[in-house]
Amino acid sequence: MSNAPALEIQGLSAKVANEDTSILKDLDLVVEPGQIHAIMGPNGSGKSTLAKVLSGHPSYQVTSGEVLYLGQSILDLEPDERALAGIFMAFQYPVEIPGVSIANFLRTALQARLGHGEELDLFDFQDQLLEAMELLEVEPSFAERPVNDGFSGGEKKRNEILQMAVLRPSLAIMDETDSGLDIDALQVVSKGVNSLHKQNPEMTILLITHYQRILDYIKPDLVHVMVDGKIVRTGGPELALELEKQGYADWKISS
Amino acid sequence: MPKSELVENLDLDNYKYGFVDPESHVYRTKPGLDESIVREISRQKEEPDWMLKFRLKALRVYESKPMPTWGGDLSDLEATLKEIYFYVKPQEQTERSWEDVPDNIKNTFEKLGIPEAEQKALAGVGAQYESEMVYHSLKEEWSSKGVIFDSIEDGLKNHPEIFKEHFGTIIPIADNKFSALNAAVWSGGSFVYVPKGVHLETPLQAYFRVNQERMGQFERTLIIVDEGARAHYIEGCTAPVYSTDSFHSGVIEIVVKKNARFRYTTIQNWSNNMYNLVTQRAVVQENATMEWLDGNLGSKLTMKYPSCYLMGRGAHGSIMSIAYAGSGQHQDTGGKVVHAAENTTSSIISKSISKEDGRSSYRGLCKVLEGATGSRSNVECDALLINETSRTDTYPYIEVDEKCATVGHEATVSKVGDEQLFYLKNRGLSEEEAMALVVRGFLEPIAKELPLEYAVELNRLIELEMEGSVG
Repeated sequence: MSNAPALEIQGLSAKVANEDTSILKDLDLVVEPGQIHAIMGPNGSGKSTLAKVLSGHPSYQVTSGEVLYLGQSILDLEPDERALAGIFMAFQYPVEIPGVSIANFLRTALQARLGHGEELDLFDFQDQLLEAMELLEVEPSFAERPVNDGFSGGEKKRNEILQMAVLRPSLAIMDETDSGLDIDALQVVSKGVNSLHKQNPEMTILLITHYQRILDYIKPDLVHVMVDGKIVRTGGPELALELEKQGYADWKISS
Repeated sequence: MPKSELVENLDLDNYKYGFVDPESHVYRTKPGLDESIVREISRQKEEPDWMLKFRLKALRVYESKPMPTWGGDLSDLEATLKEIYFYVKPQEQTERSWEDVPDNIKNTFEKLGIPEAEQKALAGVGAQYESEMVYHSLKEEWSSKGVIFDSIEDGLKNHPEIFKEHFGTIIPIADNKFSALNAAVWSGGSFVYVPKGVHLETPLQAYFRVNQERMGQFERTLIIVDEGARAHYIEGCTAPVYSTDSFHSGVIEIVVKKNARFRYTTIQNWSNNMYNLVTQRAVVQENATMEWLDGNLGSKLTMKYPSCYLMGRGAHGSIMSIAYAGSGQHQDTGGKVVHAAENTTSSIISKSISKEDGRSSYRGLCKVLEGATGSRSNVECDALLINETSRTDTYPYIEVDEKCATVGHEATVSKVGDEQLFYLKNRGLSEEEAMALVVRGFLEPIAKELPLEYAVELNRLIELEMEGSVG
């Protein structure tokens, strides 16, 4: 088990529950612990579906294949069980939770990671939270705001990475974290992710994106091109640049 | 692989106040209601003649009024009222010292944490058991300043003038069928007087307990906050769970005089076999402020609309309410404001949660009388539905007879979203924890106004209620 990949996807097919058409089609992917993999692809290729299926979103149904996380199947686990096992998804569209402060939310989430009868050390928590806020360049008052409620697009994305910094996952799936970010925000968010990865080199990152731009800041070990529900090509960071020049049009035809 | 050890086995008996103590009373009337019972209650209390006449008149009004058909379902109530005990006397007198309260009653309140509450920062504590206040005390610090905090009976005995001046004037006998019923058979409740300019820095608290099966509790509270004074009164209510229905119908009359401020907080957590039909009203004079903070968590059916009559210029009324309707419950609640003077302002914020087949209704009236120029009122009611079968309704009535007035009304209905739950679960919260967090967030604007121990209690209750609420 110690040698198992962080993530191993074998022949995964999945669809929207109650619909017939498959979105993921016999997809294979292996990510070793501590690596950063980018998944790029055109709109509708199934990138976000992959993120949601890995997180256990109830709207999607796996029809065949297997997903192993550190050598163990996770397909039967509830989303919260996956989270407690160390899987985190930074949402493309973070959800608003009115009336619940970020601090309160994260305290609850960290408490959920402790065993029965254990209490979160609130001073440690405060330190952790302040450190994370500094990293994401937000004011300390940020944590008192209700989760994503009335946030700008950039604030929502920062909040996702802030949560990632506090919850310290071992597998982080970033679903189009770069979409809707201006260049300054993109730099802050990328710096945050890089610094987290540096602090914890064992953290595995699956970075889902439409554009090459974020890969200027977060250097992937491998880039996968996803078209029509499967990985059609894998290469080094140079593959992203190639895509940037040529676009996805050719891939669509060839698939 | 760490499996989730998260879903703790929470106590499935959600209602922790449902315990029953052995029946004990020194006197009780036979079940049902007639004139002899009203006379007997008055005799037991050794009342002056005017009060007996008041009661008998009220009984006639009660009998002449039809059962209301506009609110919750009262179709079984007529039969229930034939079965219940209208007066149960638990002991001979209201004790001033906790030591003197009979052991069995003392034990009940100790289980409910009442003497503990007194240890904390409270100015005074009252406790009603069945039909009578068994205990009433006020800290010396406040009694020496002329504050009165007594059982309503002692208020009548010891302060007849100020009592008679206000009693039954804010909520007249004929206001509604249940105010008439209360006027006929009232027993227990508090009498509060805060003298001019006295600021009570800590709250007064009264606790209401029904233990007897098929019991009717009819407390009557009269509160006078004199000019420039400030105070906060908190009441809590619980009862055992019985298969038969019980009945609670209180009348709360409040006068807030010029420049005074008063807040009345209720956390009603009756068991789910209780009809809770309460009339609460405050008259608010010039530049005075009245705040109702109303939490309706328990009961089978609650019909309660705290109201503010803004009688003096610049008076302000605020009604904040939380209603929780679980399975088998109907919370028909809201608020009423009447603007009867210039530049009066009011605000109603109502938040309700309906779970399973629970039903919550917001029913409110905002009335601006001609001449109440420059008055402003804002009503906001938000409903949260937990399940597909949950129900909420809004009945806002707005009557404006004055051109120069501003009245706003906003209503929202939301469901706990699947995406919200998924987001929170993705961060490691169980479905129940996620649901409880969303609900707590929804209630936050009002919960933060609650006294700490009640806010904690509310949180605990929500966590328990969200157990098994999903799916």
